[in-house]
Amino acid sequence: MSDDVLAIENLSAAIRNGPTLLHEISLRLAAGEVHGLVGTSGAGKSMIGRCVLGILPAPVRVTAGGIRFLGKQLVGLSERDRRAAGASLALIPQDPLSALNPSRRIVSQMTDVMRLRLHLSHAEAYARALAMLDEVHIRGPQDVLRRYPHELSGGMRQRVLIATAFACEPRLIVADEPTTALDVTVQKQILRLIRELQRKHGTSVLFVTHDLGVVAKICNSVTVLNAGRIVEQAPVADIFLRPQDAYTQALFAATPRYDRPGDTLRPLPADFA
Amino acid sequence: MLARRILLRLLQSIPTLAGVAVLTFVLVRVVPGDPVAMMIPPGADDAAVARLYAMYGLDKTISQQFLIWAGQALGGNFGISITTRQAVTGLIFSRLPATLELVTVAAFVAVALGVAMAVIGTRFAGRAGEVVVDGITGFFLAVPDFLWGLAFIVVFGVLLPLLPISGRADPTQASGLSTEFTLIESFVRFRWGITTDVLAHMAMPAVALALPLAAMIARVLKSSLAEQMGQDYALLSRVKGFSRWHVILAEALRNAAIPTVSLTGVQVTFLVGGTVLIEKIFSYPGIGSLAIDAVINRDLPLIQGLILTFAVIFILINLALDLSYAALDPRLRHG
Repeated sequence: MSDDVLAIENLSAAIRNGPTLLHEISLRLAAGEVHGLVGTSGAGKSMIGRCVLGILPAPVRVTAGGIRFLGKQLVGLSERDRRAAGASLALIPQDPLSALNPSRRIVSQMTDVMRLRLHLSHAEAYARALAMLDEVHIRGPQDVLRRYPHELSGGMRQRVLIATAFACEPRLIVADEPTTALDVTVQKQILRLIRELQRKHGTSVLFVTHDLGVVAKICNSVTVLNAGRIVEQAPVADIFLRPQDAYTQALFAATPRYDRPGDTLRPLPADFA
Repeated sequence: MLARRILLRLLQSIPTLAGVAVLTFVLVRVVPGDPVAMMIPPGADDAAVARLYAMYGLDKTISQQFLIWAGQALGGNFGISITTRQAVTGLIFSRLPATLELVTVAAFVAVALGVAMAVIGTRFAGRAGEVVVDGITGFFLAVPDFLWGLAFIVVFGVLLPLLPISGRADPTQASGLSTEFTLIESFVRFRWGITTDVLAHMAMPAVALALPLAAMIARVLKSSLAEQMGQDYALLSRVKGFSRWHVILAEALRNAAIPTVSLTGVQVTFLVGGTVLIEKIFSYPGIGSLAIDAVINRDLPLIQGLILTFAVIFILINLALDLSYAALDPRLRHG
């Protein structure tokens, strides 16, 4: 299908002279779709996101396969072309504290990307930053823009980052465990907010998470990963009702259930952990 | 707020200076060596020797000597140099500007070179560029400043005579200035002929002092830059579409600077110490070469005055350093 926003085809990645991290990953993401990448730590779910964004750690290389974004092949591009092709890509990072530069005010961290990508003037970018903060339901946006990151709460920072991610009308957002570093009440709000903005803007989202509850709330379809391989890929309803693969079943079994009194925590079987 | 903090730090430095004064006073008098023996001709009679001892107060006990010295020092009189018969204060103040200018130029060279190497090494992390930068910094670190000085003299003074190898300025040129801050004064008074001449004289000693420091700055800055480049904000900035150069210079550098700034401060104090040898090698008329001569001649009042001068410089550098942290990191500004 050529109208897919993102098409990853047989993507493999490895540490130079080292182990292979991703084995022939393929997935497609239609416009407006939210696709979950689930798995335990080290399963390669964040690595897929970083391949798409072009920010692989230095020793990691794509060894085979391709990534088509809006019909354009991203693998093999020079760094300059890659930056240009990434204009419709954005990232909502995991840790909202480390994702904001501690020594720069919020305003410059929100407007720099608009000035670069949308060629806005200072005043236009400022107005757009205010509008975006309004979209993420931040009260007193002028005040927030003046602040340094350490002067905001965790939820507030994540809202700022979400506002920044949506600011340039990206076609695809990689959300890399965007709620993991937040406390539970804030997690729910942030999740709802991402869902709301994603629908409103028709943005596709690649949602990296280890939390199956989050997947159920936000995703249309899911890829389950284990040790860099796809173990199962299906619409979200199918995965939850009829998990096919033993690993997926084990993941579900490991999730604590409050609706089964007397249930104990079950670890992943040793051959998966 | 700021003024109070500065005042507090200056008050705290008083006991430090007092400690330095006592320690050097005692040390230079208990180590073997005798200023009078350096002055008298061989075979002088005992009476003349005793007269000299009395003249410099060296016949009194160390504690008596210290009380006399401290009483005068509090009034700003640090005694008379034994060898030159000039007031120590005047002697130091006439030579201090030369050293301050040399150290400042050396520090600028070291910071510029160190930051450049760190940034280039970070930009090409994991590639040949990084290996080259690491090799260069390793080499700069391994060779001490005075050896650089000697090597420079051979190469740029003798084999390719491009630069003057001694002194501070061409005496036929550097006249008509009213302070000893020759570099600064000639610059602001548009006598740039003198400025270039002074810089040419400074080039070799300043670069010799700067190279090991530059390497140290490059190492520390590069490792904190690497840490910052792994932070999510640096990744996010690249996702936003900024180049690696932009991310290094506009995002990471400022956050990586704090460990480097504290290292640089500490190392600049070593730089001041390094001037002792370098100034001697290049016959540069600063307090470093003055200190060597003072020690050789066992010129006790001058040694005492010079060490206190060094101590004051160290204290001021550290004060400037503390104040710079708050300027760099907004999180340190309140509380």
